[in-house]
Amino acid sequence: MKVLVPVKRVVDYNVKVRVKSDNSGVDIANVKMSMNPFCEIAVEEAVRLKEKGVATEIIAVSAGVAQCQETLRNAMAIGADRAILIETDVELQPLAVAKLLKAVVDKEQPRLVILGKQAIDDDANQTGQMLAALLGWGQATFASKVEIAGDVATVTREMDGGLETISLKLPCIITTDLRLNEPRYATLPNIMKAKKKELANMKPAELGVDVAPRLTTLRVDEPPKRQGGVKVADVAALIEKLKNEAKVI
Amino acid sequence: MANLVIAEHDQGSLKAATLNVISAAVAIGGDVHVLVAGHNAAAAATAASQVVGVSKVLHADGAAHANLLSENAAAQVVANASGYTHILAAATAYGKSVAPRVAALLDKAQISDIIKVIDADTFVRPIYAGNAYATVKSSDSVKVLTVRGTAFAAAAKTGGSATVETVAAVADSGVASFVSAEVTKSERPELTAAKIIVSGGRGLGSGDKYREVLTPLADKLGAALGASRAAVDAGYVPNDYQVGQTGKIVAPDLYIAIGMSGAIQHLAGMKDSKVIVAINKDADAPIFGVADYGLVADLFDAVPELVAKL
Repeated sequence: MKVLVPVKRVVDYNVKVRVKSDNSGVDIANVKMSMNPFCEIAVEEAVRLKEKGVATEIIAVSAGVAQCQETLRNAMAIGADRAILIETDVELQPLAVAKLLKAVVDKEQPRLVILGKQAIDDDANQTGQMLAALLGWGQATFASKVEIAGDVATVTREMDGGLETISLKLPCIITTDLRLNEPRYATLPNIMKAKKKELANMKPAELGVDVAPRLTTLRVDEPPKRQGGVKVADVAALIEKLKNEAKVI
Repeated sequence: MANLVIAEHDQGSLKAATLNVISAAVAIGGDVHVLVAGHNAAAAATAASQVVGVSKVLHADGAAHANLLSENAAAQVVANASGYTHILAAATAYGKSVAPRVAALLDKAQISDIIKVIDADTFVRPIYAGNAYATVKSSDSVKVLTVRGTAFAAAAKTGGSATVETVAAVADSGVASFVSAEVTKSERPELTAAKIIVSGGRGLGSGDKYREVLTPLADKLGAALGASRAAVDAGYVPNDYQVGQTGKIVAPDLYIAIGMSGAIQHLAGMKDSKVIVAINKDADAPIFGVADYGLVADLFDAVPELVAKL
């Protein structure tokens, strides 16, 4: 069974981004970029499925600027077999990415697509669900446990009030939550091996997809700054403040 | 303009988050209709009809909606989407699963987690874990939105008198089915609706300590219990306790952060709280940078003392 794993290159999760002074966006020049953490979990899950003998081939795919190659090499160092870069300098929004991925799915015919539930830059949480809709497939979002048996995926999902388990007919879409697994570190030999793996390059036009943005960002602002308050000396002082100053208890 | 709000419910009653979404729809302007897609969910449809601001409820009742599967819910919304300029859902696990599916089926963009309505085409939403607010304008004829509940006051639950119109329920998609649910049982207020939240981090050390130390305080204050990602990952508490960028977004009157460092991903989920208290023995913990009142102390001494003195 072929598994497709889309991955996104984002600002590293340890970086606190700054809004540009002209309010046109956030400053990502000279900032460390990494694979979106939820995408790493997706790659790891696919690799585990391959180790269990469920998956036979893992294809990583990324859409965006040329540097996304690094993210794809990283996915291959974790264990993806080959990679596809859909290269464009256009700002890609989730609907456009879902359409690009659908075109790749049509070509590659995977039985399973595993994606991160959201990217930590735009925090959209849309692409997996959109891809599922475009393909007419079932979806299991926010997965914390995945089991594949025959033609059925049984997935436990993290919901607002606890956990829910659903079963999906393959092919299907799964989006990963934090507790699904802990991604392995890529070892040096695997990083070296990844450099020799196949990385195909294509353009959105070759896939026949219009990626023009539907949304325009008019401006980006700093959120209102929260003032750090005071340190209180002891528990009694804290209670006094909460009762008489903040009046919240 | 006409807004269609996708109701979130448990077949019997409306979820509180839907009331915030209705307020966002009212802010956009025009008619506000609510779609209740359920099975034997007449009570939820009636509840929706009583919410102030709602002029019509579309009630789709069928077996396909018995387990609120996203595939069927999205198909139902699309079947009834004609004539609406705005389709809104809560930015909850349910809303986030359904809304993007609806948007893709309609070939429209979706705007996630809006916190402000500027005009009918323009919305503000947080990006980068709330470290920036983007003002985005949509060029689509239909806007599909998810709404951050803490940013919009809840609409009044009663006082309205909308008509309830029955619409045909869609058939089951056949691609997904419900197996089981493991619902966290709690007598406490729901995390996203609580006035006071007592939240614990890795500093508690274990699930037993988390319960032993925090439960008496939460009991005393009538508070909900929350947690940092670290505490959830370590297995102290279930996933639905997690507050943060990828967990729940909360904004209570009082948030008491105990034994947590204050990672930016956690702050993203709670920094709109009215009053934040931090108790941590590390005086340099970033949580003190956002806390109105910080107490540098060993939580295992300070929290029991707080319980005793309240």
